[in-house]
Amino acid sequence: MSTTEQTVASPTGTWQVDTVHSAVEFEVPYMGVATFSGSVKQFEATLADGELSGSAEIASIVTKDENLQAHLLSPEFFDAERYPRVSFRGPVRGNGSEIEVDGEITIKGISRPATLTGTVTGPVTDPYGNERYGLSLRTTIDRTEFGITWNAPMPDGSGALADAVTLKADLSLVKAA
Amino acid sequence: MRILGISGSLRRDSHNTSLVRAAAELLPSGNELVLWDELRAVPPYDQDLDDESAPTAVASLRAAVADADVVLISTPEYNSSVPGALKNALDWASRPHATHVFRNKPVAVIGASAGAFGAVWAQAELRKVLAAMGARVADVEVAVGHAGEKFADDGALVDEGVREQLREALAALVAETARATPQVQAAASPLPAAA
Repeated sequence: MSTTEQTVASPTGTWQVDTVHSAVEFEVPYMGVATFSGSVKQFEATLADGELSGSAEIASIVTKDENLQAHLLSPEFFDAERYPRVSFRGPVRGNGSEIEVDGEITIKGISRPATLTGTVTGPVTDPYGNERYGLSLRTTIDRTEFGITWNAPMPDGSGALADAVTLKADLSLVKAA
Repeated sequence: MRILGISGSLRRDSHNTSLVRAAAELLPSGNELVLWDELRAVPPYDQDLDDESAPTAVASLRAAVADADVVLISTPEYNSSVPGALKNALDWASRPHATHVFRNKPVAVIGASAGAFGAVWAQAELRKVLAAMGARVADVEVAVGHAGEKFADDGALVDEGVREQLREALAALVAETARATPQVQAAASPLPAAA
């Protein structure tokens, strides 16, 4: 999409995520040869006067295997029973379409600074007359800093699951009425 | 709070069974410990038998775990590891993998041995197994070494030091389980829960 003329760094007003047309995903290298990915179905995000806040429900993680999902929800990983949501909050800043959100991410009850980088697109008017912005954001976290330390040893002694996890949010935001 | 006690030993005068009975005595008031004692009746795990009509002892174990707020397992140590009968019962209980009764269940491991070390290696292996099953492994350790000197002939735990250690461990276990409710973290979320 070519939107150079339409973008601004920090939309004013209040914008709510349209979850059906948005995605929150994670990617993590596994066994050193491929990247494992998954997504979260239930999430929430609001951009209010330049402040982005959002959270996602861990129990709604989707992977290709239900046993793996159960493992991710267990105390060895996210401990979803005790820490049902991950969350993020921070101000959106940037020039033109390039943006940065210096904020704080909370996973498993542990909050750490995190910088999301990406782009803002819009505003556009959708076919139904709503104003929309798009935010596409990425960050990489060290999962062990959030107490998620599970691993399985490879024959060479390294861990099968990488510590660095990329979090991705592609959000379609609708202006609140 | 309802605590399910499981002894990993089948022996009639087992120190580990005695340790579970002592735990029932030393629990903070207002809590109860029920001993599950059908370990001997659990058949070797066989996926062909693992259907809706699970063996009676298996169904009993699954129901007992489901009804409990906490499970307390006392394990002996055989060849530096967990006794086969106990591991086998956990293998049964941890099916089906994604939805079994031990998922998120707080579990504490303790142990006794005739030797000096109080089954510490078996306890460590048992904690590893339980974590892999998806249980919530409590940060509790009671290792009763030289068990023959710590229990009377009738099985009563007579060593005051061990009694105190067990009493403290149980108090910590009950307090931690009571404290950590799912609502605690939900309140920390900046946004209301998604519909």
